[in-house]
Amino acid sequence: MSEQIPLHDLGFDQRVERDLNNPALRTNFREAMDFLMDKRSSSFTDDVKLQELRTLGASIRKRALSKLPDLLEQLEAKLKENGIRVHWAESSEEANQTVLDIAQHHGAKTMIKGKSMVSEETELNEFLEKKGIHPVEADMGEYILQLAEEKPSHIVMPAIHKSKEAIAELFEQNLDDCEYTENVDALIQAARKELRKQFHSADIGLTGVNFMVAETGSLVLVENEGNGRLATTVPKVHIAMTGIEKVIEHLDDLPPLLTLLTNSATGQPITTYVNMISSPRKGDEGGPEEVHLVLLDNGRTIPFADEEMRQTLQCIRCAACMNHCPVYTRLGGHAYGTTYPGPIGSILSPHLLGLEATKDLPSASSLCGACSEVCPVKIPIPDLLRRLRHEGVRKLKKDEDPVIRGHGAKYTHTEKAAWGSWSKLYSSPALYRTFALSATLLRGLTPSKMKGWTDYRTSPKPASKSLHSLVKNYRKEQEQSRNKEAGGSQ
Amino acid sequence: MSDLFVNAMPDQTGSDEPRKCLAPEPRAYPEKPEKVYLYGTCLVDLLQPEAGLDALKLLEQEGIDVVFPDKQTCCGQPAYTSGYDDEARAVARMQMEVMAENYPVVVLSGSCGGMMHHHYPSMFKGLPEENHAKKFADRVFEFTEFLVHVLNYQPEDKGEPQTVAVHTSCSARREMNVHKTGWQLIDSLKNVARKVHDHEFECCGFGGSFCVRYPDISGAMVNDKVKAITDIEPDRLISADYACLMNINGALDFQGHELKGTHIASYLWERTSMQSEGESNV
Ligand code: SF4
Repeated sequence: MSEQIPLHDLGFDQRVERDLNNPALRTNFREAMDFLMDKRSSSFTDDVKLQELRTLGASIRKRALSKLPDLLEQLEAKLKENGIRVHWAESSEEANQTVLDIAQHHGAKTMIKGKSMVSEETELNEFLEKKGIHPVEADMGEYILQLAEEKPSHIVMPAIHKSKEAIAELFEQNLDDCEYTENVDALIQAARKELRKQFHSADIGLTGVNFMVAETGSLVLVENEGNGRLATTVPKVHIAMTGIEKVIEHLDDLPPLLTLLTNSATGQPITTYVNMISSPRKGDEGGPEEVHLVLLDNGRTIPFADEEMRQTLQCIRCAACMNHCPVYTRLGGHAYGTTYPGPIGSILSPHLLGLEATKDLPSASSLCGACSEVCPVKIPIPDLLRRLRHEGVRKLKKDEDPVIRGHGAKYTHTEKAAWGSWSKLYSSPALYRTFALSATLLRGLTPSKMKGWTDYRTSPKPASKSLHSLVKNYRKEQEQSRNKEAGGSQ
Repeated sequence: MSDLFVNAMPDQTGSDEPRKCLAPEPRAYPEKPEKVYLYGTCLVDLLQPEAGLDALKLLEQEGIDVVFPDKQTCCGQPAYTSGYDDEARAVARMQMEVMAENYPVVVLSGSCGGMMHHHYPSMFKGLPEENHAKKFADRVFEFTEFLVHVLNYQPEDKGEPQTVAVHTSCSARREMNVHKTGWQLIDSLKNVARKVHDHEFECCGFGGSFCVRYPDISGAMVNDKVKAITDIEPDRLISADYACLMNINGALDFQGHELKGTHIASYLWERTSMQSEGESNV
């Protein structure tokens, strides 16, 4: 996959075609997703308790979002009190510039990074490289991708699309004294050895954040490899970078969310490391001298403004929705062409990038609902996909403010008119009786679209008599036989 | 697990979610009614009408007076899932109008049932019909749900031994919460053995306009479904949703398989009436 064509050069349909026709990728994803689904279900054994916990998780996130501006203010005040510096960034550019400013202020040349999807969203690495600062990804998956010059295909397991063999080759080519081996432990050890060196020489550590606790001013970061622990403690400056929606109100809110997050993501009751960062080093107890938090909006306030869409921001990024998604399982993450793939990506990316650039995402779903069934914070993903479809084909009323950028991006006169006639037909029984057959077969299956159907299936054959007429005939027969009986008995 | 979080649950939650953290309660079911509306769905109406007639006969056999409103058309789902809310509402209004009496509405598809039971109340939210839509939604039952929970239907199986694969639609499972009733009905046929197929819970790839807008994704899904089903070599394939069956049957036929899925209404009628029809022919 290393000779992959850059995502932006292909349209959605072309990316889909490319990835659907890659048998290795199809098998990799199916197996990996099956594995993750099994992990999750074997860790949530009691369904009643799971549902209780999901309800609790959803209500904690809803409550936090309902007070978002206040909680962010409280968080900022607390963090400042604790000695953590807070920076607000409205856009990716602003966030990247903030990181650069901090780095330049310290004369930094190197940066070691824990896993951060937000830094993927802002394309921080590319930006810093251009400015002469070399970031090194320390999360194993991200490290592999950095060597391969690829993007994550999954938000929890970024390199899940890479086979063992591909990784072995990559390491052989890029690491000092690493011979080709398919022994996974040996590969991990080789990379760790290399990364250790970087940890000790890096000027800055940068990580993401899973939760921010407003009440205590704490930054919470979960991980399994220890790279987060090192990146937040070894370099003398730590920069945490995250989206504004990650705030929660109380420390008490944290345990249920952590349980939901780790069990939903990897079936772990808890991750190997749970980092809680509340201040820079005090005295000589260790830790960084400076801690910064960069809080990114980048479009998040758009869904925040709409009560229904706001639910998008409840997400705790566990990836269970993509692990269970039949579309994601078949495409993998790259076909989506966005930082966040899968169901969560299809409801979040339109807000971050506008509907114009993402108009296929809400539609490329069968609305099967597997995602919302497992979402630990009960985001009604299919309802939100449908809402985005609605916003995509709707014209604004006079003086109405759009709820999303790229509003109406899918609106066409023809389509609108077609649904208009469909509606007339189906809300008029008389018309329906006359025309239903031709209209139903199927509205979507007009000749131009029929090909999509017949590439994989034979065409449905209309019955010679509709149910309406079968029932009428049957009632007539019933009547006749009743009459006959009545007649016979006379 | 949840004991751990008792402290996190109190008044602090303050959201619109109910504080009581219980799984959604199963819906309440009425006593066996005298009359029901039968909602055939537009696909059954035009493509598989026999399933509708079989359902009607079966309900009548159970002593129910079945009203089949001649003016019923489509539940509005195709427009709704495509984002055309006004167009969908006009059609939905019509259905509520033609089934206005306070009888249960028995729907021959989990997907259309889900539309009426789950989505009608939200699509009329804030509109004058809101209350009416809620009340209507409360009377909507999916066919197998109605047989099991309202009629306590116990089929008397008169057929030869058979193995059966069951496909449950995603809406039946996730919007109507009725995936178990289809299994239950099949399991209550004494000469029928239900066989589980790989990834049985996964979507068949139909998804309404999804299957023609993204034919290759949908095609990959239905191909996998067909493989999973044919791998277990069942004698029959049964589903309570004709939309999924149309999709799966189309692909089965395209690939040259003999197997053809049957609507559960027809299957139940076939299994329970075959003998008696035979007798009456004597
Ligand atoms: S939407 Fe739900 S399931 Fe998907 S990543 Fe977010 S929290 Fe997890």
